[in-house]
Amino acid sequence: MKRELVKYLLLVAAAVSMPYFFSDGYMMNVLVFVGINTMLAVALNLLLGFAGQISLGHAGFFGLGAYISGVLTATHQVNPWLAMLIAAIAVSFLAFLIGFPILKLKGHYLAMATLGLGIIIYIVFNEAVDITGGPSGLSGIPNLALGSLVFDNDVKNYCLVWTFTIVTILLAVNLAHSRIGRALRAIHDSEVAARVMGVNVRLLKVQIFALSAFISAVAGSLYAHVMTFAAPASFGFHFSVELVTMVIIGGLGSIYGSLFGATLLTLLPELLRTFQDYDIIIYGLILILVTMFMPGGLVQGIPSLLGALLPKKKEGRG
Amino acid sequence: MKRIALFSVTLLLLTGVIPAFAAQPIKIGALFAITGPASFLGEPERNTAQMVVDEINKKGGIKGRKVEFIAYDTQGDATKAKQLVNKLIKNDKVSAIVGPSTTGETMAILDDVEKAGIPLISCAAGSKITDPVKKFVFKTAQNDSLAVAKIYEYLKKKNMTRVAILTVSDGFGSSGREQLKAQVANYGIQIVVDDTYAPKDTDMTSQLTKIRGSQAQAVICWGTNPGPAVIAKNAKQLGLKLPLFMSHGVSSKKFIELAGDAAEGIILPSGKVLVADLLSKNDKQKQSLISFVKDYQSHFKAEGDHFGGHAWDAVMLLKHAIGRRGEAPAAIAAELEKTRNFAGIGGTFTFSPQDHAGLTKDAFVLVEIKNKDWVLVK
Repeated sequence: MKRELVKYLLLVAAAVSMPYFFSDGYMMNVLVFVGINTMLAVALNLLLGFAGQISLGHAGFFGLGAYISGVLTATHQVNPWLAMLIAAIAVSFLAFLIGFPILKLKGHYLAMATLGLGIIIYIVFNEAVDITGGPSGLSGIPNLALGSLVFDNDVKNYCLVWTFTIVTILLAVNLAHSRIGRALRAIHDSEVAARVMGVNVRLLKVQIFALSAFISAVAGSLYAHVMTFAAPASFGFHFSVELVTMVIIGGLGSIYGSLFGATLLTLLPELLRTFQDYDIIIYGLILILVTMFMPGGLVQGIPSLLGALLPKKKEGRG
Repeated sequence: MKRIALFSVTLLLLTGVIPAFAAQPIKIGALFAITGPASFLGEPERNTAQMVVDEINKKGGIKGRKVEFIAYDTQGDATKAKQLVNKLIKNDKVSAIVGPSTTGETMAILDDVEKAGIPLISCAAGSKITDPVKKFVFKTAQNDSLAVAKIYEYLKKKNMTRVAILTVSDGFGSSGREQLKAQVANYGIQIVVDDTYAPKDTDMTSQLTKIRGSQAQAVICWGTNPGPAVIAKNAKQLGLKLPLFMSHGVSSKKFIELAGDAAEGIILPSGKVLVADLLSKNDKQKQSLISFVKDYQSHFKAEGDHFGGHAWDAVMLLKHAIGRRGEAPAAIAAELEKTRNFAGIGGTFTFSPQDHAGLTKDAFVLVEIKNKDWVLVK
């Protein structure tokens, strides 16, 4: 447990120090999205990495969080914090209801069902023009505020989003080390064995699905208030796949792995922009290499890579 | 413990970005959907903007200073557009921004440019970009409302009062549908069928069958390639005899290629670039149009379309504004607003404090497809 505490404190220290490195530059803005993506990757990892249940529809939950929050605040002038709470509860309730039939499925069938769910939500965003503003998006979403402190610039948004991210990681780490976390891993390895050991497999799967949707919706709500805008294109199938990639690249079943996966996939396109038209090729190549040579994800791959390099050269930093 | 230390080193490495700085040129930023579903807009726009900037630099720049053109690919995604506009403003410190390509992306970044006070010339068509007027936001693509007005005017002249509309369910289509419905009263037109199709649909016979059974006297379809070509073909297969109207979203040779024989007789509003050589000598835009078409052909071995034209107009408008009072963002915005009778590709622009779109319905001409080519409709 002490080890976990050290890791966690290191993360907090790193997060707190970022604004001093990149005071008002563009990087702060990117780091805001790193935070949001980390929350999403952690949420998905609870489901995919721990319980072993795939979801290709998480962008839909993320989008629902954003749109419920957005429509409530922009169209109906609801308090943004209240809207965030409503969005999170509504989305997790929806996930809870859908979870029972959907999570009976396994493997490819579960992937297809969640994929379908994500696509249906995406189509609703596009077609319900009167409510969502349709394909050209919903604008006029207010920023979040605490008293007179309005979260309206990158540094403030960074503090806001990363507070949520750090709390999410704390929750997830604690959950992973609890009885529930062990039960989830048991489900991952063998549902039958888990059931024999007295785990209520069906209920637990649905509960973790709902929790995952809850976190995704909060991330969506944050996204809406940070962007002050939402358009369906950001919540499509492509983004669901990107989230799964973040979790896998980072390392299945490792909360900090999700942090690294989300960080890599959010920052990489920015770093590769100097290559202009070739950035997509290099991006793809890096992803292929990571999955080929680091099957356990960055969280295992990088230490072993460094381990292989360090003894020979004292100053090698990978 | 070692593992933890390595974690933090990695995090630092991953986040360490070294921005590249250049000398002292005038910096113009651009956001285009170069890849992704809207690449049919972004690619010609980026090509054209780059071409115009190269051309300006070859002639010695603006008042002797070179122009540095920084273009980023938004992939048509509002989130990326939002991140990249921040990058242009904060890292690259540009004086003005051209783009984005689509209405959704433009709406997503309006707050950022307004707050930073950087002039933005959008290449997207949605009327809500400049309505209400924002101090630093301009646009060069013709409003959909002007295209709709052009079609309705023609229908009224031909005494057709009942129409069926068939619009695509994306940003372009929903904006067109809004305008088609909003303007009926002004022209005494009645919409008898209001149907939509999805951007990737490959068969529209069911919608067209419904239209065939209605009282409609004409069909207006609002979409971008390839949907409208499918509709044209389906209509021919069904033997639908009603006159078919399209939007300016398909005013390129590509549409004629896709629709083949079914394109014959279709009427659509278009920017003048398609029919540059058919225009009368008195047309103020003719000179700009001919030079744009020629340049594009020689650079890219392809036909310049009006999407590229939006970027041409945006860069040229900036060139003139900067040429008059320098590159300070506030001065550029103030000078853009003073633009009068600038004959560009999309039309003749006259901006004012009340109007940042700058065009009238003269920006469009109605064209008919005959023998796989365009002819002007009088």
